[in-house]
Amino acid sequence: MSNVLILAEHENGRVKKSAHELLNIGQKLASQIGGQVEAMVIGQGLNDLIQDLGSFGAKKVYAVENAQLTKYNTVGFAKALAASVEQAKPSIVLVSASPLGKDLLPRVAAKLGSGLANDVTDLKINNGKLLATRPVYSGKALVDVTFNTDLQLASVRPNSFGAGEPQSGQTAQMVPVAVDLGTLPAMMKELVQGKSDRPDLTEAEMIVSGGRSLKSADNFKILFELADVIGASVGASRAAVDSGYAPHDMQVGQTGKVVNPKLYIACGISGAIQHLAGMRNSKVIVAINKDPEAPIFTKADYGIVADLFQAVPLLTTEFKKLLQG
Amino acid sequence: MKIAVLIKQVPDTETKIRIKADGSGIETDGIKYIISPYDEFAVEEAIRTKEKNAGSEVTVISLGPDRCVESIRTALAMGCDKAVHVQDGGQDFDSFQTATLLSQIIKNQGFEVVFTGKQALDKDSGQVTQMIAELLNWPQVTVVEKIEWQGNVAKVTRRVAGGAKEVYEVQLPALLAAETGLNTPRYASLPGIMKAKSKPVEKLNAADLLAGATAKVTLSNYRLPPEKAPGRILQGELDKTIPELVKLLREEAKII
Ligand SMILES: Cc1cc2nc3c(=O)[nH]c(=O)nc-3n(C[C@H](O)[C@H](O)[C@H](O)COP(=O)(O)OP(=O)(O)OC[C@H]3O[C@@H](n4cnc5c(N)ncnc54)[C@H](O)[C@@H]3O)c2cc1C
Repeated sequence: MSNVLILAEHENGRVKKSAHELLNIGQKLASQIGGQVEAMVIGQGLNDLIQDLGSFGAKKVYAVENAQLTKYNTVGFAKALAASVEQAKPSIVLVSASPLGKDLLPRVAAKLGSGLANDVTDLKINNGKLLATRPVYSGKALVDVTFNTDLQLASVRPNSFGAGEPQSGQTAQMVPVAVDLGTLPAMMKELVQGKSDRPDLTEAEMIVSGGRSLKSADNFKILFELADVIGASVGASRAAVDSGYAPHDMQVGQTGKVVNPKLYIACGISGAIQHLAGMRNSKVIVAINKDPEAPIFTKADYGIVADLFQAVPLLTTEFKKLLQG
Repeated sequence: MKIAVLIKQVPDTETKIRIKADGSGIETDGIKYIISPYDEFAVEEAIRTKEKNAGSEVTVISLGPDRCVESIRTALAMGCDKAVHVQDGGQDFDSFQTATLLSQIIKNQGFEVVFTGKQALDKDSGQVTQMIAELLNWPQVTVVEKIEWQGNVAKVTRRVAGGAKEVYEVQLPALLAAETGLNTPRYASLPGIMKAKSKPVEKLNAADLLAGATAKVTLSNYRLPPEKAPGRILQGELDKTIPELVKLLREEAKII
């Protein structure tokens, strides 16, 4: 009754980094309440994932092997998660605050009648219960969430905790979970892959972002060149998206994506409050802007007052020197 | 089609947040309120859906204090036909309670499609849509960036990670939660604003609809995030500052 159960997302036969992060924080929480961390996986061909999850600390892996669940389906996944929870009887369930996790977990919370904290950035144990901290008002404030139910659910914003290291010799026991899915409404017909093979902005460890000042979609090329050298994803301000220089899924901000990278390089972005809402949590912020009064400089760790069309290519060259010798 | 759209009134996105001394919430005096931006996309989509399906009607529903009637009027002025204002009686409900009482109205009034925003830009919880869907046993699609209607079936595109998209075919009844890019909300026209004044707003009491639901979570200790130390502007020519920046990122920030 005092275990932590995490949902391990996987893709192309591999466990996602977010699951390693959840196992790491889950293990810490479990040890404080006298339990262990366990994982659950949903889909097909799950055997290969067990060893990986075990090496990252999972003692048991609850596996829902089902051909109907190879593609994401909210209702089906909610039933699978609920069945695993009933079998595993954890006191805490953690999922990633990914597109899947954020869609799924509230449904599970309503099904199980348990409390939920979504998109949390910090987790602690206080008097034996979970205490979750989450940003509110677009990150302008923080709040603590405590639970009035025995079962406590949280989705965790990617990159909020480290992923830990795999330990050889640590293994997990697989526990099959049977679930009756019935007929599933709203089946996914098609999964259209993104054009980019870069990590999604919400999971990216480094982001290069551009604003209205880029002046065209074509000019974004200089940001992609910089991103390629340091292995970053590329974001944009709403002004750049509204002007058609970048697609919607690149938008960072209040009505765009909330990102949590180690490094955020803002190029020609003024730093409007709605943009800050999406990127203020970045561990290190670099701003390149030709206006020394631009508000972004008050949030940046390092600033360069310059024309981005000169500064960005030079930065690319300098990183190349450093990283490619 | 019997369409509902759920809206929440939230502080204007420009608002500088101040916290009450006891940390129980934010200071509300002097705040300007707006329809939460994602909910605005939902309102627009509800009206467009009505326009595409003859004989349809859109009801806008909002839970909140008296002031949220202003936002309801805005939605009516945009083109919704009527409204339900669920008066909160000064109480702050958690997502589960909110979902419970809204699901009662949806069931009682027989809606077939319900639009919402993907999250309200105040508490940013992003759970009410999914909880209502579970309580009603309806399908849901969240983070919706495109909807095409084929009779009573909605072909819905949901934005997921890395520019990938999931395409669903959804039978009604269903809940659909709007994401940026779904549409561009219209402005209320002057005739629209005039007409809105005479459109009906039904008043309901939240307490009557709770169906015994108690809060599953408690929010406390609101606070501002820790201030960052002021940053450093690197002065000089680019041939000096750019190498300096890269060096700092490696040696001081230890990022690269
Ligand atoms: C409800 C609402 C939601 C919003 N949501 C978002 C959101 O999610 N994300 C978001 O980003 N915005 C959002 N906004 C918009 C936001 O208020 C700003 O308008 C937007 O962020 C500005 O984008 P920008 O900085 O690219 O453009 P601008 O404000 O035009 O700034 C351009 C900057 O580039 C600098 N510059 C120009 N040329 C150069 C050059 N050659 N080299 C270097 N610097 C240069 C300028 O000095 C200026 O600082 C929202 C607004 C509202 C009302």
